[in-house]
Amino acid sequence: MTRLALLLTLAFAAAIALPLVAPGYLVDVGMLVFFLAFIGQSWNISGGFAGQTSFGHAVFFGTGAYTSTILQITFGWNPWLAWPAAMLAGAIVGWFIAVLSFRAGLRGSYFALITLAFAEAFRILANSLSFTHAGLGMLIKADPRPANFQFKDPIWFYYLALALCIVSLLIAWQLTCGRLGARLVAVRENEDAARALGIDVFAEKVKALSLAGAIAAAGGTFYAQKYLYIDPNIAFGVDKSIEMLLVTMVGGAGTIFGPLLGALALTGINEATRTLASIVPAFKNVQPLSLIVYGVMLILIVGRLPDGLARLFRRVDRHA
Amino acid sequence: MLDPGILFAGVLNGLLAGGVYVLVAVGLTLIYGVLHIINFAHGSLLMLAMYAVFFLWRLTGMDPYAALPIVIGGAFAFGYILYRLVIGRLSYGRDENILLITLGVSIVIDNVALLIFGGDTQTIETPYASSFVELGAALLPLPKIISFAASLLLCIVLGLFLARSDTGKAIRAVARERQGARLVGIDVDNIFALSYGIGIACLGAAACLLMPTYYVTPSSGHAFVLVAFTIVVLGGMGSFAGAAVGGLVIGVIESLGGLLLGEQLGQIGISAVFILILLLKPSGLFGARQ
Repeated sequence: MTRLALLLTLAFAAAIALPLVAPGYLVDVGMLVFFLAFIGQSWNISGGFAGQTSFGHAVFFGTGAYTSTILQITFGWNPWLAWPAAMLAGAIVGWFIAVLSFRAGLRGSYFALITLAFAEAFRILANSLSFTHAGLGMLIKADPRPANFQFKDPIWFYYLALALCIVSLLIAWQLTCGRLGARLVAVRENEDAARALGIDVFAEKVKALSLAGAIAAAGGTFYAQKYLYIDPNIAFGVDKSIEMLLVTMVGGAGTIFGPLLGALALTGINEATRTLASIVPAFKNVQPLSLIVYGVMLILIVGRLPDGLARLFRRVDRHA
Repeated sequence: MLDPGILFAGVLNGLLAGGVYVLVAVGLTLIYGVLHIINFAHGSLLMLAMYAVFFLWRLTGMDPYAALPIVIGGAFAFGYILYRLVIGRLSYGRDENILLITLGVSIVIDNVALLIFGGDTQTIETPYASSFVELGAALLPLPKIISFAASLLLCIVLGLFLARSDTGKAIRAVARERQGARLVGIDVDNIFALSYGIGIACLGAAACLLMPTYYVTPSSGHAFVLVAFTIVVLGGMGSFAGAAVGGLVIGVIESLGGLLLGEQLGQIGISAVFILILLLKPSGLFGARQ
C-alpha cells in the first residue's frame, strides 16, 4: 500500500509539473489522456463495476455536450452554470434508459444493443431537429475568458482535465471501498445471488447508470468548451461509445486505474502512429493502425486477460 | 396528405430493399440460432464482401451478379477461417464477452479497410443501372428487382439445404440441442465453424446483390449492423421465418420513414422499432420465449 501511495504521489507531482517543462504538444496529449480516462471511468462504473456492458455511452456524452451548449448559445447561460445542468441531464438520460431497459429485464448483449440504439436515435434527432441546429452542428463563440469556461492558454484545460481525472479516480476508489461498489460487484457477478442477499438489483443498476450518465455528460461539456464545436456525429457517434468502452476494457474493467491505463495506452499508440505518419511519407495514411492495434488488444484481453492491463501491475485479485 | 401513388411506390421500394436485408438477417439469425453468439462483426464483414465485389468489377470488369459464386465461396471460407482462428478459440463465458470479441473483430476489419482502401466512397457502374420497370404508379429500378428475386431464391435454397441435406440436419440438431448432437456423434465444433461460414456466405451474396445500386465505404458496416439486428430482434432471434418477414417489414418502415419524416429524421424508424421491440417483446414476432 505504501508503495502504491508513493507511486501515486510521484505520478501526481509529474502530472502537475509536466506543462512547466514539456512542450505544448505534450500538454495537449496529456490533456487528452486525462479526458479519455475521465469519460472512460463513466463506462467503468456501469460496465466495469456493475457489469452492464454498454455500446452507446455516447448518448450521455452527447447529452452533456448539447445541453450545456444549447443553454449557453440559445439561452445565454454562463457555461460554468450550464455544466451542472448538463450533468443533471446526463444523469436523467441514464436513469431513463436504465429504468426502461432493466424494467424490461434486458441483460448482457441485449442491454448493449439497446444502448447502441438509444445513442443512434439521439444522433438522428440531433441531426434533424432545429434547436440542435441539425447537421450543421453548434459553434460556441470564441471569447477566451476564464469566466466563460474558455482559456487562452491550453495549460488550463490540461489542469482541468487532470482535476476531472482525479475526481473520477476518487469516485472509483470510493466505489471499491464503499457499500454501493460492493453491491454493484455483487450484481455483476451473479444477479440472482445478489437478490438473495437482499440487494435491490434493479435500483443498484439504475444508480450505476445514472452516475455514469452524469460523469460522461460532464465530459461532453468539457469537450464542447475545449473545441468550441459539436455536431451530431462527434457527440453521439458510435466512435465515442467505442472509445469509452475500449480504454476501460483494455485498461481493466472494474479496476480503479483501468481507464487511466487504457487512456495512456490508446493515446500513446495513437501518437506513435501519428508520428510515424508524419516522419515516413510512405506511411502517411497509417492513422487507422492505432485502432487496429487496439481492436486486437480488445480481442486478446477479453479472450485471455479479462482484467486488462491493470492485471499486469498487480498480483492480488481484482478489487472487490 | 401523401398521394397514394407515392405511398404505393414507397412500399414497393421498401419491399425491394427489404429483400436483400432478409439475406443479411438470415446470416445473422443462423449464427445466433446455432452458436448463440451475437455477431457484432456482421456489418463489417458485409462491408468487406462489398469491397470484394467492387474490386472484382474494377480489376476484371466482372458483373456483380456474375460474381455471386466467387464472392459466396470466398465469404464462406473467410467466415470459416475467422471462426476457427479467432472467434471459436476465444468465445466462452459470458455472452457479453463474445459480443466484445466480435466488436473487436469489427474494429479491426473497419480500420484495415480504411488503411488499405482509403475513405473514399466506391460505386459500380453497370449497363442496367438506370433501367426501370413501370408498375402502376411506381417506377422500380431493374437491379433492385433482380436482387430481390435472387435474394429470396437464395434464402429458399438455404432453407432447403438446412431441411434436406445431412449437414443441414446436423446444423439444426446442434441448434436445438448441442449436448445431444455431440452424443450422437456430430462434430459440433465443425458445425459451429460451418454455420458461421454459411452466415458470412449470406453476406457475400447480399454484397453482390447490393452493389449494383449501393455504394461502399469502410464505414458501410455501421449502416447495416443496426438494421440487421433490428430485423433479427423483430423476427425473433434465431427464427428464419422471422428474419424473412422482419427484413421486408424493416425495408418498408425505412422507405416510408424517409417518405413521411424526411431523409434525416426518417432514419429514426429503425432505432425506434429496435428499442420498442426489445422493451415490449424481446422474443420478437416468431421467437420462442427465452
